[in-house]
Amino acid sequence: MRDKLIERILLLCAMSAVGTLALIALFIAREGLPVFVNHGVLNMIAGATWAPTKGQFGLLPMIAGSAMVTVGALLMGVPLGLACAVTLAELASKKWRRLLKPMIELLAGIPSVVYGFIGMELLVPFIREQAWLGGSGYSALAASILLAIMVLPTIIGISIDAIEAVPRAYRDGSYALGATQWQTIVGVVLPAARTGIVAGVILGMGRAVGETMAVIMVAGNSVLIPGSLLDPVRTLTANIALEMGYASGEHEQALFATGIVLFVVTLGLNALAGRARRTGHT
Amino acid sequence: MRISPPALLLVLLSACSGSGARPLPATNVVLAGSTSVQPFAERWAEVYAGASGSSHVTVQAGGSTAGIRAARQGTAQLGMSSRALDAEEAAGLQAITVARDGIAVIVHATNPLTALSLAQLRAIYTGQIRSWRALGGADLPITVITREEGSGTRDAFEHLVLTDGHSIDVRALVTAYSGGLRKMVAEDPQAIGYVTFSQVDARVRALAIEGVVPSEFTIASGQYRLQRPFLFVSRGEVTGAARQFLDFVLSPRGQQIARDEGLAPVSLTP
Repeated sequence: MRDKLIERILLLCAMSAVGTLALIALFIAREGLPVFVNHGVLNMIAGATWAPTKGQFGLLPMIAGSAMVTVGALLMGVPLGLACAVTLAELASKKWRRLLKPMIELLAGIPSVVYGFIGMELLVPFIREQAWLGGSGYSALAASILLAIMVLPTIIGISIDAIEAVPRAYRDGSYALGATQWQTIVGVVLPAARTGIVAGVILGMGRAVGETMAVIMVAGNSVLIPGSLLDPVRTLTANIALEMGYASGEHEQALFATGIVLFVVTLGLNALAGRARRTGHT
Repeated sequence: MRISPPALLLVLLSACSGSGARPLPATNVVLAGSTSVQPFAERWAEVYAGASGSSHVTVQAGGSTAGIRAARQGTAQLGMSSRALDAEEAAGLQAITVARDGIAVIVHATNPLTALSLAQLRAIYTGQIRSWRALGGADLPITVITREEGSGTRDAFEHLVLTDGHSIDVRALVTAYSGGLRKMVAEDPQAIGYVTFSQVDARVRALAIEGVVPSEFTIASGQYRLQRPFLFVSRGEVTGAARQFLDFVLSPRGQQIARDEGLAPVSLTP
């Protein structure tokens, strides 16, 4: 009887989380869909001009901006993260592991505004003062570098789990065939852990797409489709955070529409990550 | 649909009075409108409430347009506007200037440039001039910084500087806070930006526009061109508690508060 009651209460808690998600989705849709209906989905997704106070709601520059900083972050973050994960899971001694793992987890605990501040004080002037880089320093590059550091804990944590889940027998078999430790890692362990690693990368991508504060502080936030990593960019999240303070009427709805696009992207990424994890054999 | 805390308070208060718990003070003044005027109105209200004791002044933000509408519909005794009323809006309404706000164009303290014409400023912000060389400086790109769409300061800047059909260059960097903009200009020798006059400090330098340096004096006298009036708008004559509050705002003490907060007074002869 008492067990039943506790079970019910727990179920209710679980349902409330799902319910909250449903309510958020409903609310964003209710606020944001009218703009899509009035201006056409294609016009907004493929429109290059964002001038909300003049009734132009093209989101393409922000979609391109989000894509650019995310891809840039992954290009830097994935190799670094994988190298870290392999080191920690396969190569490092117990002593090193005990030292390094908490440090990496600490990276995840630093608030994003602190990353942004460091980026503004150190990274932006550094980029500006390099003759071979140029520009104002506020750029997709600065945002990508920050995000690369910020997605490391996600990529490393999940990759380590995936590598540690590879059965002992695979490694033994590989050594029995005369492979070296390095050959074993590259030829056996990593391919076996691939799906888990991919899931980690996709979840890291989700973090990069969703990060707001740090990006606003270093990306420059210009509404233009970036031609290079040195151009200033505005991401979807930055667009909402920058303009929500004074937005009203259709402008406000257009920001919710930005939220819908983000929602769809993040849901898609999570679904992909989930699939990658499920299809993985352990 | 956003409910500002003051509006919420008002709803709660009226709910209270509805249930007979605590009637609103008879001398209740409601101000609504411009987000640019709001912080100053709140400061006035704070001092005024402290001085008068019984009066209760509520300040709600929602933008100048909403403020003018509120005054017309009578939902607020005083609407707040940070721009002049157009002909249609002005019909049947009275606008009283309560302070003036200058918009300063700022550059890095080491920048050799000291003055710009409106035409040059326009050319910089529309992207026609991209290098300091065109203005007699080094052959370096100008880092143009602007506020975000919807900001009252940006809105005023566009009205004052850009002519019809022009808009701010998309390559301009965007930041959402005047403090943040000032910091960006203070750290980049090639940057240019604009902030409300009260934000100018020693870390940046305000340029002379059309030969006039912004100061409390040049803004109050109208010589400095980049300025906007802060208006209280009302339907017909201002009476009762609203009148008393308005008198306080226009009094030497009220104008001194405006000065302390970085605005220019209505006139220099109080």
